[in-house]
Amino acid sequence: MKLITHNMLTSKSLKGVNVGFPLKICATEVKEVAVDFNPEFVTRMIPKLDWDALCQAAESLGCLNDLPRSVNPNHENDEEFLKKAHHVLLEVEVIEGELVCPETGRKFPVNEGIPNMLLNEDEV
Amino acid sequence: MAASTRRPEHKAPPDIFYNEEEARKYTSNTRMIEIQSQMTERALELLALQEDVPCFILDIGCGSGLSGQTLEESGHFWIGVDISSAMLSVALEREVEGDMMLGDMGQGMCFRAGSFDGAISISALQWLCNADKTSHSPPKRLFKFFSTLYSCLSRGSRAVFQFYPENSEQIELITQQAMKAGFTGGLVVDYPNSTKAKKMFLVLFTGGHQKLPKALGTEEQQNTGTDHIPYSDKRERMKQIRGKAPKKSRDWILEKKERRRRQGRNVRPDTKYTGRKRSGKF
Repeated sequence: MKLITHNMLTSKSLKGVNVGFPLKICATEVKEVAVDFNPEFVTRMIPKLDWDALCQAAESLGCLNDLPRSVNPNHENDEEFLKKAHHVLLEVEVIEGELVCPETGRKFPVNEGIPNMLLNEDEV
Repeated sequence: MAASTRRPEHKAPPDIFYNEEEARKYTSNTRMIEIQSQMTERALELLALQEDVPCFILDIGCGSGLSGQTLEESGHFWIGVDISSAMLSVALEREVEGDMMLGDMGQGMCFRAGSFDGAISISALQWLCNADKTSHSPPKRLFKFFSTLYSCLSRGSRAVFQFYPENSEQIELITQQAMKAGFTGGLVVDYPNSTKAKKMFLVLFTGGHQKLPKALGTEEQQNTGTDHIPYSDKRERMKQIRGKAPKKSRDWILEKKERRRRQGRNVRPDTKYTGRKRSGKF
């Protein structure tokens, strides 16, 4: 699971959960893969992201490096910044671990990089 | 019940039906692969995304990532959701670029509001019409799915579903729940005159009423392609009076070719050689 997915993912399909975001990551295995840099895509995604949640997630995986804590208003032209964002969003992958719902503490296992968001019938 | 055994939904729930063996077919069977990618291309066309802009797409029922690959080729980034872990492991083997997760459509799409620029789904929606557990209620699950999908799409975007409805009640059930969730839009049926090439697409809009895209292989489209023939109605009536053309005659061949063209099949163009006898020399 890439951090861009994590930034979109919530646990609000659980009964009684309103926001369910951000999910806490407890990773046991993290991998970095090379993905082609597409500045246009990253620029388009930045307004949609919850930047604080992204920084938190990156920090918990220990890959924050020198990613700025806030978005530069002029980020379209700042290639350095876009490259850093690209690395954190698309190149860091959680392979094994767990996602934890911030409200109920329900754990969603991550196996082979695929989070299991299936719920039991009594949780819907 | 002879027909129902052909429908995978009647055999087992999707997480059980798509086991390792079934999933394997999606890498080895070239015909299946071809059909899947053709349908994805058409779905992408109906999605009408801005040209040359990389978009963030949700693929519902992504399976082994065949549809995702078509999205990648068009330069989009995708997230896939599927209920079958066997299908997702095949996708991992195929090394698709998108990110995937295990999830059930009927339990809702658990994404933040406005995350995606569009959603596609190839041959998955009909599974929601079945109740595989006693606690399942298809209308409720459909509504949950459509309402959560509506919220995770950005305004003005579209969702395109290719699906195989079993009967007209299922189509009604699905569209009803989609409209209840706030979507507008409707059904686009490609090649409606052919049993084999016929494909159903549910095209849903999030941003108010828009004109539905035209289906392929319908009468209107053919008329715009060629010049409209005046008095064609009268001619048609005269033809009916005269009755059908005798078999193997040129008219009979032309009529047959026309019929096949309407079904969306590959038919050679009509020329002066059509239906002409060979000379004795041959």
